[in-house]
Amino acid sequence: MTPAERPLSPHLQIYKPQLTSLLSISHRLTGVALGLGTLFLVWWLVAAASGDAAFAAAQAFFGSWLGLLLLFGWTFSFFFHLCNGVRHLMWDTGHGLDLRTTYATGWAAVAASGALTLLAFAAGLAVRG
Amino acid sequence: MDRRELRSPLGRAIGLGSAKEGVEHWWAQRVSAVALLVLGLWFVASLVALAGADRATVVAWLHGPLAAILTILTLAAVFYHSALGLQVVIEDYVHGEGLRIGSLVLVRLSCLALGVAGIFAVLRIAFGA
Repeated sequence: MTPAERPLSPHLQIYKPQLTSLLSISHRLTGVALGLGTLFLVWWLVAAASGDAAFAAAQAFFGSWLGLLLLFGWTFSFFFHLCNGVRHLMWDTGHGLDLRTTYATGWAAVAASGALTLLAFAAGLAVRG
Repeated sequence: MDRRELRSPLGRAIGLGSAKEGVEHWWAQRVSAVALLVLGLWFVASLVALAGADRATVVAWLHGPLAAILTILTLAAVFYHSALGLQVVIEDYVHGEGLRIGSLVLVRLSCLALGVAGIFAVLRIAFGA
């Protein structure tokens, strides 16, 4: 039986990094980061249900430099995964699969997720005072 | 491109398509993604508005039926979508049979446990605490 002439996965060592491949792996990386972030989300909710001391400890962590750094990473991960996810949903309908549109929507996803991250973080810091 | 060219001769002979299980996983991932487009944006906006809040503010927020219901729906969609997405990542990158099956079981059970814990915390706040 002869093997079918089907496309093979690219060899990472010789494959030139491109916007399309970088955004593709970033979608997975941000997804995994958000999955880990759900541990902290549940901690925050359980702390709120437990009592004042537990919730104060959780809020103190999220207000610390490490906490804020993690929150910034999760905020960007959320908006990037969301914006790039819209690209995936669009592709699923068979639209925007040509090279030019793929690059245009890719840069749009990067710009939109960056802007939304800064907006959300600035708003959060303003609310916190 | 003719789609049939991508199939192996054996697959074409049997005529069952390339996947063993059909499109359930793929479809569930898309449906939960669409739900999270709305729920995720609402939830992140709510968290931004609660930045630095004390416990009484968070409790008062989840005492509202709309906030409690939408938060529970968000948690359900988040952990369903996470379980589906992390499953694909593990299937692609974890190659040892035992380690792969162990990781898949661990991720699925963890998502279930975290989801139940989060939802229970929300209910506890909504109905009292």
